[in-house]
Amino acid sequence: MAKRSNNRLSSPQELEALRASIIKSRDAQKPCITVCGGTGCHSFGSEDVTGAFKKEIKRQNLGAKIDIKVTGCHGFCEKGPVVVIKPKNIFYQQVKADDIPEIVAETVVKGNIIDRLLYTDPATGKKITYEHEVPFYKEQERLVFGSNGLIDPNVIEDYLALGGYAALAKALSKMTPEAVIEEVKKAGLRGRGGGGFPAATKWETCRNAEGNTRYIICNCDEGDPGAFMDRSLMEGNPHSVLEGMVIGAYAIGGHQGYIYVRNEYPLAVKNARIAIEQAEKLGLLGKNILGSGFDFSVKISRGGGAFVCGESTALMASLEGKVGEPRAKYVHTSEKGLWEQPTNLNNVETWANVPLIIKNGADWYGKIGSEGSKGTKIFSLVGKINNTGLIEVPMGVALKDIIYGIGGGIPDGKKFKAVQTGGPSGGCIPESLLNLPVDFDELDKAGSMMGSGGMIIMDENTCMVDIAKYFVNFLEGESCGKCLPCREGLKRMSQILADITEGRGKEGDIELLERLSAILIDTSLCALGSTAPNPVLTTLRYFRDEYEAHIKDRRCPAGVCKELVTYSIDEEKCPGCGLCVKACPSEAITDMGKKKPVVLDQEKCIKCGACYDVCKLGAVIRK
Amino acid sequence: MVKLTINGQKIQAEEGTTILEAAGENNIYIPSLCHHEEVTPYGACRLCLVEVTKNGRERLVASCLYEVAEDLKVKTDSERIATNRKMLMELLLARCPNNKAVQDLAHKLGVEKTSFKLDDNDCMLCALCVRVCQEIVGVSAISLVNRGVDRAIATPYFESSSVCIGCGSCAYVCPVDAIKFEDVGSTRHIHWPNNDMEFKLKKCQKCGRYWAPQAQLDYIIKKAGLAPDAFDNCPDCRD
Repeated sequence: MAKRSNNRLSSPQELEALRASIIKSRDAQKPCITVCGGTGCHSFGSEDVTGAFKKEIKRQNLGAKIDIKVTGCHGFCEKGPVVVIKPKNIFYQQVKADDIPEIVAETVVKGNIIDRLLYTDPATGKKITYEHEVPFYKEQERLVFGSNGLIDPNVIEDYLALGGYAALAKALSKMTPEAVIEEVKKAGLRGRGGGGFPAATKWETCRNAEGNTRYIICNCDEGDPGAFMDRSLMEGNPHSVLEGMVIGAYAIGGHQGYIYVRNEYPLAVKNARIAIEQAEKLGLLGKNILGSGFDFSVKISRGGGAFVCGESTALMASLEGKVGEPRAKYVHTSEKGLWEQPTNLNNVETWANVPLIIKNGADWYGKIGSEGSKGTKIFSLVGKINNTGLIEVPMGVALKDIIYGIGGGIPDGKKFKAVQTGGPSGGCIPESLLNLPVDFDELDKAGSMMGSGGMIIMDENTCMVDIAKYFVNFLEGESCGKCLPCREGLKRMSQILADITEGRGKEGDIELLERLSAILIDTSLCALGSTAPNPVLTTLRYFRDEYEAHIKDRRCPAGVCKELVTYSIDEEKCPGCGLCVKACPSEAITDMGKKKPVVLDQEKCIKCGACYDVCKLGAVIRK
Repeated sequence: MVKLTINGQKIQAEEGTTILEAAGENNIYIPSLCHHEEVTPYGACRLCLVEVTKNGRERLVASCLYEVAEDLKVKTDSERIATNRKMLMELLLARCPNNKAVQDLAHKLGVEKTSFKLDDNDCMLCALCVRVCQEIVGVSAISLVNRGVDRAIATPYFESSSVCIGCGSCAYVCPVDAIKFEDVGSTRHIHWPNNDMEFKLKKCQKCGRYWAPQAQLDYIIKKAGLAPDAFDNCPDCRD
């Protein structure tokens, strides 16, 4: 290891000299055990795994021969804790502390592979040894997220060794602020936070706006259910975000930045704080950055975790210490934002894209992605999918390639039904649109949106009315309540959806939902309200028959809505095996003896479906 | 001065004024519930929506917040506006079905019934009381508490507030009479939608009537730097 770098760098040359010394001091062939320390793997017990590795290395006195590194999230959270042994990149998954002595003795020392810890490709049944051969990773293009698995987020030297802050040095020493904006414009970078607004246009407006000062904000207030890409990026590679922010600040002419991060993300807060301190020590933040004369510092502001604070004006109110409620944006925040000064806000992923553009050029960046959406996008792939986790793909990749390629398809041989993109304000996309290229414009056309990149997969056992109800309830709970259409409209939508799913639906309910949707879109104060009807409108657009079945036939086709489902036993088919009797949590099924059909007591049945799931003979009927 | 048109009518307005103000000055009616000229515009009730066309782009905006601009074209009564306003009114009517002021406005906008289940509130959360208490009175005794559907007007923790001076400005400004106050003997009672408070009234040393809350008078004396006996007599008995 190079000695800790504590001296302020006063020129790009000094940065390069430091980088060279770090790289020189490292042996690329030296075995290095990397353990994912992201929140997902952490909750699977990765801290114990790391502890066990350290103990074992010490016990065998191997400290000089082996490095151990706790990295950020690798993305394959489904299989955590994930361990990758370099330089060969041997990929072990679901590793436990008990496995460690064997890994050190067999794999690290002798080079033998431990079969049981390898990943099995569900498609082929084959064991896969190396990380880059795992289909989940192979199909991705991990430009922004890829370094997560290579660096310890608390060691700035790791980031520098991979070329970190070279883009900043380039911008400060070889480009004017205008040239930086021009490069980002040419690259076609669009905001990753939801709206997909061209980043450079916003930067330019902010730069040209009148004000005493300009503020730069990084929005790390990720709040979509099931989405965690910004968290993982901030936890795993905070310097890439900081570097983007400094470049942006230079382009815009801002000297004070804020990272607004929810307090429920303690690791992101911690790692961002450490990264700021380290960058300040090296003169990559603070006064006279790299001797350029440009000053920029960053503070962390912790949010209370209100979904509405993802909305820029609410976020800024919260940052000012006020209640996090939005205001009308007839004057853009890029002109009048934080403390009434021009303010440029981008989200974590957008900032992390900036160094790539400056370092590699707009032409390089422009070759990745689709016509109107350049670059890659990180998605959190969750729900009924074999490979849960974070993925990064070029914009424009077909939905089906994500779901069946990277995601490995739907578990338990079930049928795909829909994918919900864009979080609660997004929409549900049906099977017929699986060829849809995933980019900002195509998702909009399908009635959904990119949002910040949530992707929830649903299988045939999902009731789409129930899903719409779930998202509307979420938004009802997160609406700040300031404007009437959002507060009262969501409440009424939620009531109507509850009626429909609980067997009280009536003629006219669908039309009323549509009328409510229209005023939410037209009259809400902020984007939370105006996008809130999307889950209802897309499920109505693609699954209207399910709504009608609930209302007209009092039937839930997916068998989810308890009030509309009855279970019964097909006496012809039931051999009286008793599996369902054991599975029933409410003792509603009675065993009548061998070879006699069981009896189900409707009074006691809680309609959980456990009997239906357990019976492989189709003897439990769900209607 | 900027030149703009509202419903085809050419008007002039001072830069920085809102469409709602400019319309008012020209006797063009735009309904609104949460607006009051003495406090910062808020944009919560959305009834004042108008359609504006700027640079060829048409959009719905809240006229209480949107400022006039040169060549701006404004429509206050299109079908789209009417449809939206009626639906907003239906929502409001469902929230406050028994409130006279809400019923009257609904009637004025052509809404006689609502498609939704009826609640029973008086307060429609326009926050005028909160804004007046903060911006005009300067004590911030009441605020908006909770979020979304649970939002309410109240003193902190719904308990008696040590900063409330009992002035009653909140009740005075409330457009739907959801806040009430009454003076009974030596006591003033303020009834907010979710909690109540009582205030001691000061007795006039001359005529003996109870004429204003002691806390309010103390507040004025302190704020204006008046003599401690400045309000010993009621206005009628002062020299």
